[in-house]
Amino acid sequence: MTSRAQVRRLLSLVPYLSEHDGIAMTDAAAAFGISVKTLREDLSVLWMCGMPGLTPGDLIDIDMDAVDGEGVIHLSNADYLTRPLRLSADEALALVLALRTLREIAGPGKRDAVDRALKKLEAAAGNLPATDQATVAVTAARDDIQARVNDGLQRGKRLDLTYDVASRAETTRRMVDPLRVFVLDGYGYLEAWCYNARALRTFRLDRIAAVEVTSIDVAPHEVELKDLSTGWFEALKDAPLVTLELQPSAAWIAEYYPTEAITPRPGGGLIVSLHVTDPAWLRSLLLRLQGEARVLSPDGAGHSAAEAAREALDQYAVLLGTTAGV
Amino acid sequence: MAPRKTERILNLTICLLVSGRYLPKSRIREAVEGYHNLSDAAFERTFERDKDELRSLGVPIEVGSFDPLFDDEPGYRILSTEFALPAVDLDAEEAAVVGVAARVWRHASMAESTRSAIAKLRAAGVEPDASQLASLEPSVQASEPGFEVLWNAVLDRARVSFTYRDGSPRTLEPWGLTSFKGRWYVIGRDVDRAATRMFKLSRMTDLPRRVSRAAAYEVPDDLDLRRLARSLAPRAPTETAVLGIRIGKAPALARRGEPATSDVKLPAGFAVYAVGFGDLHSAAEEITQYAADVVVLEPAELRELVVRGLTAVAESVAAA
Repeated sequence: MTSRAQVRRLLSLVPYLSEHDGIAMTDAAAAFGISVKTLREDLSVLWMCGMPGLTPGDLIDIDMDAVDGEGVIHLSNADYLTRPLRLSADEALALVLALRTLREIAGPGKRDAVDRALKKLEAAAGNLPATDQATVAVTAARDDIQARVNDGLQRGKRLDLTYDVASRAETTRRMVDPLRVFVLDGYGYLEAWCYNARALRTFRLDRIAAVEVTSIDVAPHEVELKDLSTGWFEALKDAPLVTLELQPSAAWIAEYYPTEAITPRPGGGLIVSLHVTDPAWLRSLLLRLQGEARVLSPDGAGHSAAEAAREALDQYAVLLGTTAGV
Repeated sequence: MAPRKTERILNLTICLLVSGRYLPKSRIREAVEGYHNLSDAAFERTFERDKDELRSLGVPIEVGSFDPLFDDEPGYRILSTEFALPAVDLDAEEAAVVGVAARVWRHASMAESTRSAIAKLRAAGVEPDASQLASLEPSVQASEPGFEVLWNAVLDRARVSFTYRDGSPRTLEPWGLTSFKGRWYVIGRDVDRAATRMFKLSRMTDLPRRVSRAAAYEVPDDLDLRRLARSLAPRAPTETAVLGIRIGKAPALARRGEPATSDVKLPAGFAVYAVGFGDLHSAAEEITQYAADVVVLEPAELRELVVRGLTAVAESVAAA
C-alpha cells in the first residue's frame, strides 16, 4: 500500500467515523472496500495524528480497547476534519464515466436517477476541468427493449425473446430467465438461462429484436456468471484454435478478437491464432473479410465459407447472368 | 516506512488546516513531529515532496505571506472552505446508482479513484446502496498499457511522445480520451503536424512518455469529444441498395430496410428490401458475409464488390 493511497483514504475515514460513532469494524471496512486488517492499520496511524503540539490532548482520540475488544470504533477530537476533501479531477472523471456507462443500460426508468446524480456530482466537483474530457460509447438496446429487459430482471420474470443470431444470420425466438445485464468492451449484454439451449447464454442487447415480459417467475439456476474482469478471453480459452493468414487490410481483426498468438509477416500482414467456439462465426468472418484471410489450420476449417461463396456465385450467375469468374 | 510517512503528511494537513493563517516553514517544522530529527536539507526535501503529494491528491495548499511577523519568507495554509467537499444531497435512488458506479472500472488505478470518490461521498453522508440494482453490471476496461499515462496527461494538460504503428514518432497535446467498441482513442493536437489527430492506444508501439510540465497548453473551448468520437462510428446512410433477402435470414439487414420491388425474378422464399448504406466497401463486406442469403440487385457497383469478394473467398480455399 502506498502512503498516497492511505493518506487519501484517511482524509475520508476521519469524517466518516466521526459521523458513524460506534460503527462495527467490519461495516466500516466494507464501506471503504478494504480489509479489516487494513482498517486496523489505518486506525493505528490515525491514533498518532492530531493538532500541532502533539500532547495527548491534541491527538485524535480512538478507543482502541473498543476496537480490539467489541470490534467497534469510537473516534473523537477531530473537529477540524468533519468534511471530506473535495473530489480531485481523476476521482470526479472516473466516477462520471462509470455513471455514464451505467446510464446506457439503466433503461428509461433509472436513467433519470443517473442524470440527477451526475448533475449533483458535477456541481459538487466545482471548477474542475470539464468532465467531458473522456467519453465511453456503449452500444445497447432501444429504450423500449431495455425497459422490458430491466423490468423482467428486477421483478424476476421470464422473458420471451426474439433475437438475431448474427453468426447464423437468423432470427430466433426463445424463453429465457434473465440473470444479469452487463457492459463489456463497449457493448451491452443480457446474460440469461436459455430454455432452448438449456444453458447459460449471452445476448447482445442491440440484437434483441423484440421482448415480452411474461408472468412466469424465473426458476433458480445453478450457473456461474461470466467473470467480467478477464474480458472475453477466459470464456473462449477452451475453444479450438484456428490459424489465419491475414492480409494487411484484415490485420484489424487481431485487435478486435482475443488472439492466442500473433506473428507479423513482411509487408504488414499477420498470422494469428484465435479461439473459435462456433464454426458459423468463422464462416461469416471469412466471408466478411472477402478473401483477405486464409485458413492455415486446421485443414478444412475454411471449406464451409468457400462453399457458401460458390453457392452465392452460382445464384448470381443464374439470376443476373453475372459471370462468377471461378 | 509508509505508516510514519502517512502520519507525517496527515499531521502536516491538520497543521495547515487548523492554523487559519499562513504558517512559515520554520513553524511547520516545529509543529509537525515527523520533521523533527531531520537535517535542514532533508527537511527541505521532505517538505517539498509532502506538499507535492498533497497537491496531487487535490489538497489546496496556498502560499502567501500576509503575516507581518514573517514577511521575509512565504507561509502556507489550507482554507477549510477550499478543502472541503461541498454538500452533496443524493436521494436513495441517486445513491443507489452511485453504488453501482463503484464497480464499473476494470482497471486498478481507475477503480481506486472511483473507490476514493465514493469514500468521500460516504464521508459526506451519502449511503450508496447498490443491492437493489445488483443485476446491472456496467464495466469499462482499459487494458492498453498506455492508458494510465495518457489519462494523467489529459488531466494535467501535459504533452506526450510515443511511436505509432506506422513507425512514426508523435508528440501530442492530449485533449481527451474516448472509448469506442471497448478500445481507447486519444484525441489532441499533433504538435509536429500542427493538426487535430486521433490515435488508437492499441496501435502505439511503445509507452507514451510525458515530455512537458503540467498545464503546458490549452484545450480548445469548443472541444466536442462526443462528436469526434462519433466520427469513429459507421457513416450515416446516404445511398440505397436494393437487396433480395431470404425470408428469416440476415435479420439485422432486413430490419434496417423497407419493403421494395424489383424486376429481377427471385427464387421462392426471397423478399426485396431497400436498405440504406453509408460506405460502399463496408456495405459490401457486411453483405458478403450472408453469402447466398442476400442478393444485391442494385446498385451494380455494390454487386460487383460483393461478387469480387465471394470469388476471392471461393478461391482462397481452392488455392490452399
